[in-house]
Amino acid sequence: MFKLEKRPSPSKPWILATPILAVILTMIAGGLMFAALGKNPFEAIRIIFWDPLFSQQFAAYSRPQLLVKAGPLILIAIGLSLGFRAGIWNIGAEGQYIMGAIAGASFGLTFYPTESVWVFPGMVIAGALGGWAWAMIPAILKTHFRTNEILVSLLLVYVAEKFLASAAVGFLRNPEGSGFPGSRQLNRIEAFSNPELIANTGMHWGVLLAFISVIAAYILLNKHLVGYQIKLAGQAPRAARFAGVNPTRLILLCMGVSGILAGLAGVFEVTGPAGQISIDFNVGYGFTAIIVAFLGRLHPVGILLAGLLMALTYIGGELAQLMLGIPASAIQAFQGMLLFFLLALDVLSNYRIRMRKEGVA
Amino acid sequence: MSDTALLSINSLTKAYPGVVANDSVAFKIQPGEVHALLGENGAGKSTLVKMIYGLVRPDSGSMDFMGAPYAPTEPRAARSTGVAMVFQHFSLFEALNVAENIALGMENPPKPRDLAARITEVSEAYGLPLDPDRLVGDLSAGERQRVEIIRCLLQDPKLLIMDEPTSVLTPQEVEILFHTLRKLSAEGTAILYISHKLEEIRTLCDEATVLRLGKVVGTCDPKTTSAAEMAELMVGKSLATPARTDASHGEVIFKVSGLSVEPANPFGTPLRHIGIELRAGEVLGIGGVAGNGQDELLAALSGETPTAPGAVTLMKEPIGHTGPNERRQMGILCGPEERLGHAAAPDMSLVENALLTARHRKSLDRNGFLDWKATRKYAEDVIETYDVRTPGPDNAARSLSGGNLQKFVIGREIMQDPKVLVVNQPTWGVDASAAADIRQAILNLAQQGAGVIVISQDLDELLEVADNFTALNEGRLSNTRPTNGLTMETIGLMLGGAHDMHDAAEAAHV
Repeated sequence: MFKLEKRPSPSKPWILATPILAVILTMIAGGLMFAALGKNPFEAIRIIFWDPLFSQQFAAYSRPQLLVKAGPLILIAIGLSLGFRAGIWNIGAEGQYIMGAIAGASFGLTFYPTESVWVFPGMVIAGALGGWAWAMIPAILKTHFRTNEILVSLLLVYVAEKFLASAAVGFLRNPEGSGFPGSRQLNRIEAFSNPELIANTGMHWGVLLAFISVIAAYILLNKHLVGYQIKLAGQAPRAARFAGVNPTRLILLCMGVSGILAGLAGVFEVTGPAGQISIDFNVGYGFTAIIVAFLGRLHPVGILLAGLLMALTYIGGELAQLMLGIPASAIQAFQGMLLFFLLALDVLSNYRIRMRKEGVA
Repeated sequence: MSDTALLSINSLTKAYPGVVANDSVAFKIQPGEVHALLGENGAGKSTLVKMIYGLVRPDSGSMDFMGAPYAPTEPRAARSTGVAMVFQHFSLFEALNVAENIALGMENPPKPRDLAARITEVSEAYGLPLDPDRLVGDLSAGERQRVEIIRCLLQDPKLLIMDEPTSVLTPQEVEILFHTLRKLSAEGTAILYISHKLEEIRTLCDEATVLRLGKVVGTCDPKTTSAAEMAELMVGKSLATPARTDASHGEVIFKVSGLSVEPANPFGTPLRHIGIELRAGEVLGIGGVAGNGQDELLAALSGETPTAPGAVTLMKEPIGHTGPNERRQMGILCGPEERLGHAAAPDMSLVENALLTARHRKSLDRNGFLDWKATRKYAEDVIETYDVRTPGPDNAARSLSGGNLQKFVIGREIMQDPKVLVVNQPTWGVDASAAADIRQAILNLAQQGAGVIVISQDLDELLEVADNFTALNEGRLSNTRPTNGLTMETIGLMLGGAHDMHDAAEAAHV
């Protein structure tokens, strides 16, 4: 019989080892799933994890994609991780991401045609405000009416998706687009575009901001009072009140920051890689970022690595669909396994497994 | 092993990572005996009892119950053999009534009506008045304990284990409990009585086994052994009683008047017209049975619950509306009862926990940026000054024993040089020598001119440290009286809420 025994302090080695172990177990379980689908599991794993970076045939295209995909994931996940640490569960980053993109694009397009260099910064600010405003809805409902922010923020995602659809076919539709849904191609208009900063790296303003946010979050959590209060509120709410932490302010702060970062990710995406507001320009970064945040153990550096890993499975997954015909849902299941194993193995950092002796010697 | 012992324990050993909780513990309990298990916190009492009750399995050693080998794998097995236990912390549902709570703990509960009848029957037979239809949420701590005891008695136990049963009772309730226990013992039920209150053990118990650091260090007859001797056996050294000098008190520095607070939840206690005057250098003891508003009072004094500005004043300055950190800056520091989760964050290190309350007075940040070096230094200072036993300041708060964490928490506040210190249950669950240290620190602080409010359920503690005494009952404070010359009867009446009977009580004692 196994028995779990709580450790007096969380084990440092296990905190580092569990993500690696989770990746390995995901490869094994995912491999079995691919085998059950009649695909060669070794080839599938290689295509997902190795080929996007090192294959001669694909790397030129897929290597820059790594940063393109990881950027928004990291940016959103950093924002979410602050709230998650404080026990504030913003599940609706996808909605804030969409609203940020719409707000940014709308701001820019009202000036069309223009060549002003100030429009793009204005779009960025509008995007941040859009995400922030969308996050304030669940935040204020929570602080004033004690509603559950998980439900409200999640349901607002679907509201945002409807709003996106109406924007793409309505007020943001390209007047010169022969009636097709979708806005003007923002990335082809210089005043609106978020260009690749270094050629063939995938590096754009959003990715740069993601890296900055990692550093800022690290400093906040380790060196600043607000970070301390966030951790305290998440671990021991009563002790946090005793330490003078104002729960209302903390909720507004954490929801606000995560909304701003999600909104920024949205506006950088729609002005860069996605290129336009379309009905489905969002590809679920807001939801995947939740996985990234936990995969990175809510630690800024962990989130950086997790974002890159997650981006890799996205790109590799697409490649595997293309090369082996693995269904998209199997790729999603594969990504889900990663979170599952990580959370399951999390137990090991706080508990140790002991063999229970049967009977009394 | 062929003797008449009800339970004989033969060299039980149980080790946890890093500590041997029980090391070859052996003793016997005779039928009908009231057997005391005595020891400081961390001496291994709980582990031993958990092994007897089937919650923990020993690494080695054996037990015999009525001559037969006894190795319970779970509490159910222990109960069916005839071992019952009343825990220190009750496991009752406040929203259910007494009978429903008891039925929940039974394997095959009888019909509700039969059960209610049996509860009434048993409660009358053992002098534990209890109405089966009352909601547990409305019961006092003493009455809740009766629910637990009756739950046990319905199983006709041969051995009843009681873990620190009197910590939540008034002196009068203790008398009722002892009466019941003596009656049980006369009927042949053995009682294993865990406590560190020596006087209680001397009045109640027939035999005492003393544990220290997991080993049996002696047995004695408590009726003929003095409390000081038992304490020495328990601690391994002689204890100094806190020394106090009667100083005259200064001006009133801290005043509470007309403080009323509605409870945050349906089973909380409202505070009603609380009035306190605290002078510089004074130690004011606030007695009371648990659940009479102690937590609420501390929260109102610490600033966690804001009140009307004029309800709390410091040096005539209204401060009732200020929060915890503003009050800290003014010099009002608090030590809540709940160490883990309220006074300290369990998973944070002692360094981080030092920051919890000391940021302002020890200037541990610059514009919000934390000075971890200074914080660590402060944590180390507290650890050293208050003799906190821990491998180092980076250990998580929850890895410390209760007594050590309490020393850290109290030390953290006192070393910030407060003008007013409010502590709730400062030595609850703390071993005797650490408790003596904490009480001495409180007295020293008062001597330096600070005002101290000690909220406690331990009357002996209050009589030892407090200059003046008042009692909290259902959210009201009794009149304040000098501790000197107070009798247990008077205190009992004050705790029981007989606010207007002081004069009557006094008249009776003249």
